[in-house]
Order: sequence, then C-alpha cells, then structure tokens
Amino acid sequence: MIGEKPKGIGAHLPLAYPALMLGIFFIIPFGIMVAISFFHRQPGGFYIPGFEFTNYQNLYTVLFGRTLLFSLFVAGLSAAICVSLGFPFTYFITRMRRRAQVIWLVFLMSVLSLSEVIIGFAWSLILSRTAGISNLFVWLGLMEQPKAWYPGFAALLFGICYLAFPYTVLVLYPSLSRLDPALPEASQTLGASPLRTFFTVIVGSMRNAMVAAFVMVFVFTLGVYLLPQILGRPRHWTLSVLITDQAIYQTNMPMAASMAIFFMFVSLLLVALTMAIGKGKKIEVK
Amino acid sequence: MSKTLRIIFLSLILFLLCGPLIVVSGVSLNAKKRLFFPPEGISLRWYAELLTESSWLIPVQNSLTIAFTSSFIALSIALPLAYFLWRYRVFYARALFTLGISPFILPPVITALGFLSFWVTIGFYGKMGATMISHAIFFVTLPLVTISLGFESIDPEIVEAAQTMGADSRTVFKTVVFPMIRPYMISGFAFAFVLSLNEYIVAYMVSGFTVETLPIKIFNSLRYGYTPVMASVAVVFVLLAVIIFGLIGHFGDLPKLLGAMNPEEK
Repeated sequence: MIGEKPKGIGAHLPLAYPALMLGIFFIIPFGIMVAISFFHRQPGGFYIPGFEFTNYQNLYTVLFGRTLLFSLFVAGLSAAICVSLGFPFTYFITRMRRRAQVIWLVFLMSVLSLSEVIIGFAWSLILSRTAGISNLFVWLGLMEQPKAWYPGFAALLFGICYLAFPYTVLVLYPSLSRLDPALPEASQTLGASPLRTFFTVIVGSMRNAMVAAFVMVFVFTLGVYLLPQILGRPRHWTLSVLITDQAIYQTNMPMAASMAIFFMFVSLLLVALTMAIGKGKKIEVK
Repeated sequence: MSKTLRIIFLSLILFLLCGPLIVVSGVSLNAKKRLFFPPEGISLRWYAELLTESSWLIPVQNSLTIAFTSSFIALSIALPLAYFLWRYRVFYARALFTLGISPFILPPVITALGFLSFWVTIGFYGKMGATMISHAIFFVTLPLVTISLGFESIDPEIVEAAQTMGADSRTVFKTVVFPMIRPYMISGFAFAFVLSLNEYIVAYMVSGFTVETLPIKIFNSLRYGYTPVMASVAVVFVLLAVIIFGLIGHFGDLPKLLGAMNPEEK
C-alpha cells in the first residue's frame, strides 16, 4: 500500500484540495506580485497593467542600497551571535535527561512563539529608564542614575538575538541530538580536555549543521519588521520596513513588489552562496 | 566541558531569556497607570481591562477567531497532502510539499506582499476571511511537517497486517492510520494556532486597518503611549504558549516532534 503508484483519477482525489488551495492562494498571489512589479504606476496611488523595468530601475537609490546592506549586516551579525551561543547551548541540552530536555524545549518554544511586538515591548521596558535594568545598576551602586538604553543599534541587536535564539536552538537540535555520544567519549579517553574535545571533535563534526543553521537563522532575521521600528532609530530600519512603507503608506505597489522580488533573489542567492562555501570546506577537509 | 562552566553558561542564557519576561510580568501588576519595575502597588486591574474594555476585547476575539479558523484550514490542507505523499511517493506530491514549506522559509514580508496584491486584485482586501486564508497558507508548513513525521513513524508492517486481515484502504485509514497520526495533527494545529495568534505582518498587510488583531493592537498602542494593559497581554500570551506547549510536551513526544532520535535508540 505504501510507496506504490497512484492508479486512476480517483486515487489523486486527496491531492486536489491541497493543490487547489496552494495554487490559488500561494502561486497566484506570487504571480500577481511579480506582474505588479512590471506595471506602470500612476500618480495618486494607482497602477495600470504594462511591462516596464522602471520599478526595478528606481531601486537603484542610496536609500534602498543602504537599507539592503544594513538588513544583511544586522541579519548576518545576529545569526553569527545566535549560532555561536546557541551551538554549545543546544549541545548541553541534548546531553540532558529527557525530562529536563522537554522542560527546556517547552520554554524555548514559548519564547519562540512570542510576537515581535511583544519582544520589542519587553526589551523597550527592560532598557527603559523607569522599569529598566539600569535601575538595578543604580541600586547596586554601579551607576549614578537610571538611564534609557534604547532606541539604538545595541538595543536592536539584543532584540533580534532574543527573537532568533530559540529558533537557532530548534534548528540545531535535530543534528546535535543525533551526535553519537561515543565520539566525545573516545576523544576524552585519548586524553583531550573537555574544552578541546568540544572545539575539535564536536564543532568539527558538526560544521555542516552549523553552516545550515547560520543560513536558516540569517534568512529568519532578515524578516524582522517591528523590532527596528520599536528598538531602533529610523536609520536602523530594515528592508521589510521599507517595503511595507512603500506598499501601505506611499501606496506604490509596483515599487514595493519590485523591492520584494529583488529582496527574495538576494536572500536566495546568499543562501546558495553560503551553502556552496559550506560544501567546499567539507571537500577540503576530506 | 567542565561542569561549573556549563552551569554558569546555561544560567546566563536562562537569565537573558527570562529577564524581559520577568520585567513585563512585574510591570503588568502596577496599581497606577505607570510602567514601573518593580511595580508600585499590586493589582490585577490591567488583566480585568483586557476582558472588559472593548478596545482590547475586540482584538482578543479577532485574534482567537482567526487563529482557530486558519489553523483548522491549514490542517485540512496538510492532512491529505501528507497522506498522499506517504502513500504514493510521486514527484508532484513532493513538489507540492516543497511549495507548502516555502512561505515559511522566505522573509515573511515577501509572502505578505503577495497576499496583499492578491486580495486587492480580487477585492477582498480588509476582510477577516482574507486574513484567515492568508494565515492558513502562511502556517500550513507546521501541520504539514508534523503530520508527515507522524506518517513516517507508522510501522508499514501494521498497515500490511490490517490489509492481510481484509481491511480496505478506507478502513485501514480510519482504524489504523488515523489514530496513530492524531497526536501529530493536534500538535501541528497547536503550533499553527499559537503562531497565528502572534503573527503581525501578514495580518497587518492583508487587513490591518479594518481587522485589528492583538499584535496589531499592541503595536498601535505602543505609538500612542504605553499602558500596563500591554504588559498583561504579553503575560497572557506567554502563559498560553507555555500551557499549549507544556501539554504537547507532557502528552506527546516533543523531542521527536522537533527532530530528535527516539530516546530508546540513544
């Protein structure tokens, strides 16, 4: 019954509904967006069908270039932080007893499910003057008076890492939990210190998983939309903010669509590039 | 790695992850409409306001309705697709599977803009139904992945045994397959439900000005000044997530759902 070929139209019936839903509500919207990116924009917020590259040519501005570079930079930096903290963390979790693992996972899933707006709000509170951590420092005698630490780049980075950290752990979890415990044991029997075992044996055998996790987290953090608006200054706004601004407030759909498509290609390209680098390294080691 | 170092590291991460949540819960208890931490005076009035003030109650209702309907639709799309993929390994089913996963991999703003152009074009922009369907497609990945895991965990010999005993494929599905994948369906539904409750950009683009969901409401009120109600909403969200995932962790196999090996095999 399993793994055979479907016979006749009747056997395909279960597939019809998912195919229709995904076709109508995912492929067609995507197609419409691609089409709109070539349409002609009229003053006043409307657009008429056409085929021109004006919207793509209009992307060539300082603002767009700077925003794109900043989005990539902030996503890359936070992905690097998350993977370097999340890797040892995930390793420790996978070596715990099952019950402790479940408790940590429930906690991580709960943090992961939090809306960007709630995380932004929480961090704006913790970095604020009235309720923030600076009050703790004043109380400890480390500071003269409480101070607001947001908006700013550091606040934004903290927020993004907080958002992406549980995601990083869940991405790393499957491969790390499958790591054979005999591997680190053998290394230690042969006289390597635990620290050395970690960096040579565990990091070494998991390099591909780390590259894959970096890419996933990178793409995940590229999508941040609310955090830059809550924790950052206008110069820290990312491409998601710019695209939404064009679509909703400037009512320039063709422009927003061309930005979104360009954005998609850039992120897919970077993913492919990082994967290729990861593969190249693997060959080198062999 | 040495034990003390490990404990220090884990506690530091725990502290960083808990810190914002502790401050938010503290702030939600303030007696006056101020955001102090530690709170000045203790009261639960901001939680009551969430349930009595219509400006908060309507977004609560909207969010719950959308989350419930959209995760149900997502489940209804994912189940037949995962079933088909398990039963017949054909390339077009695999292509559909990839399609179902892609909204989750791209930066959400791209999918959101696609939805916006679609609903504007067919004239459904700003309707709650549009948000429901958009969320269903956006989150179909979650039930799709969990249910596929469920199908993979079925021992083919059990299915064969049922067939040898004379059950047709409908009976096999109803009596053997379905009970085995039910827990995976429930977790897929729960994941989609919780994430839909917290989703912002798709809901905002598709009908943010007419159908206010909770995240939209919170962000709107962030602009016009903070109130402790926002903190109490955040606390309710965290608790809801902890309860739902806690139940999955308690009754289901969370490590396996998240891709770990079976503990027995370890």
